Amino acid sequence: MEKIHPLNLLFIFLGGLVLLFIIAPLAGLFLATSPAELFDTAVEKEVAGSIWLTVWTSMSATLIFALAAIPFSWILARKNFPLKRLVTAIIDVPVVIPHSAAGIAILGLVSRDTVVGQAGERLGLSFTGNPAGIILAMAFVSIPFLINAARNGFAAVPEKLEKAAHNLGASHLRVFLTISLPLAWRSVLSGMIMMWGRGMSEFGAVVIVAYHPMVAPVLIWERFTSYGLANAIPVAVVFICVCLVLFVLMRLLSTRYDNVKNQ
Amino acid sequence: MIMLKISKLSVKLGRFELRDVTFEVARGEYFVLLGMSGAGKSVLLRLISGLTQPDAGEIVLNGKLISTEKIQKRKVGLVFQDSVLFPHMDVFNNIAYPLKVRRFGKENIKRKVGELAELANVGHLLKRFPHNLSGGESQRVALARILATDPDCLLLDEPLSSLDVQLRGELRSLLRKINANGQTIVHVTHDYEEAVLLAHRIGVLERGTIVQTGEPRNVFRHPKSEFVARFVGIRNFFQGELIDHGSSMKIFKSGQTEFSVLSDESPGEGYVVIRAEDIVVSVHRASSSAINNFSGEVVSLEPARIGTEVVADVGVMLASLVTDESVGSLNLKIGMPVWLSFKASAIRYIKK
Repeated sequence: MEKIHPLNLLFIFLGGLVLLFIIAPLAGLFLATSPAELFDTAVEKEVAGSIWLTVWTSMSATLIFALAAIPFSWILARKNFPLKRLVTAIIDVPVVIPHSAAGIAILGLVSRDTVVGQAGERLGLSFTGNPAGIILAMAFVSIPFLINAARNGFAAVPEKLEKAAHNLGASHLRVFLTISLPLAWRSVLSGMIMMWGRGMSEFGAVVIVAYHPMVAPVLIWERFTSYGLANAIPVAVVFICVCLVLFVLMRLLSTRYDNVKNQ
Repeated sequence: MIMLKISKLSVKLGRFELRDVTFEVARGEYFVLLGMSGAGKSVLLRLISGLTQPDAGEIVLNGKLISTEKIQKRKVGLVFQDSVLFPHMDVFNNIAYPLKVRRFGKENIKRKVGELAELANVGHLLKRFPHNLSGGESQRVALARILATDPDCLLLDEPLSSLDVQLRGELRSLLRKINANGQTIVHVTHDYEEAVLLAHRIGVLERGTIVQTGEPRNVFRHPKSEFVARFVGIRNFFQGELIDHGSSMKIFKSGQTEFSVLSDESPGEGYVVIRAEDIVVSVHRASSSAINNFSGEVVSLEPARIGTEVVADVGVMLASLVTDESVGSLNLKIGMPVWLSFKASAIRYIKK
């Protein structure tokens, strides 16, 4: 058997500690809840409704904003333009600012006293206290994950392939749709999953823009502040389970797509 | 009839410059542009295909000015050095790509891909993906795909350089077949053997400009510059001074070695080229009309593409190309004393 270097042993030990740090609190949550309690919580109308709201708003945020973010990522990967570094830095801003501040900023943009808010009202669309506002808040804090992943994906596609396609007579749009996007798809999809996951778990920005209707993270918070830890835990566990199942499912689907593509 | 006419094409890219490149390629001609790496060969192809914009000059293809035309509309097909097949499409869909762009019907695409695959001998690979193809197969598919665009002119950027010797031979016959079908081809390479084996005419590109064009035989036998002579692999190439002797026979002095040269050039500095095929190797001094006779020692015996190259030190290194039979009958060995002789008329003098 290969001898393990003492330093490697130390690193493995430290890695184990980190893993334990992630797993222990989650395991504690699961152990603190009985299956019957979990089932009762899962079928509770308010909980189920809130989880469904969280899932579809985060997915809508991802899909709607992907339409603009994916082509934008291609531009970032391929083109040089003045202030490109500044633009790249701006994209990362939502990751580093406090999410409650992000919520305040969005509310400042779409509340009923602003031009945007009033324009929305006239179209019958209210952002505050509405799924539309939740979608905006989720997109704001999670879009950097998609843009950065997609940009890296496009950058890894050899530019020569795009040029060859032009030489074969293809228009810019066709080259984007048939060459660049399919070849960067793995990164783009992975970015979309990350954006979606990040949106689903968002609390700070969402709670400020829309306390009601309640997304799952807000519901967990509400149960905790109103009824205490014991009442918040089952909701938290159910939501974590839904997130994990969806996350694993998406990962599996994207890997399967890869395998099909590489056959 | 002229298919491609390049006039005074210039571009500056950083420190590299392509200056006033001018040449013509006739319809159905196989034109090889020969140049060392960095001479500007690939840049020239990029300009013709529209991947790079020229600073000045004109490109006329089939009677139409295309220098300002969009890349998609130029009707030139570029094949890159390493094939750029789309990795997410199988061979069928790679070849079908330009046909789909041109909105061919399904049946038409199937028929046309079949024809092209047969021509390029890749019919059995249609379901394979590029990462399962060898280098030679990839280049064949790339050629089939580019032919699907029905180009007026095919541009090949060192298409054989990444292949081994046997595959090169196979791909060369495919290129000849494509050309024999009437396809005009411009092929850039640094390998003069490719030029000899494929070209109707060649152009030599040196430091961003065309220094000579003509049939391969003429360019290789009568190189117009030191560069061309060195470039095409002529081994016996010496710098020195031509000295007048008051007749058509002159002396060319290179270091301590003197060659008798038949030349009507005026005295001065220059170069001489002696083709290795024109130098006779013998064990004893031959009595013949050869005026240049040198004794020396064999320093190397190397197999050449045909025959054996014998290099002897006669004060300078002289290379002679002899048959393998001669190597045997003279029992040539390294270190053996030999005589090298050649006629004064076998020396080509190039004025500096």
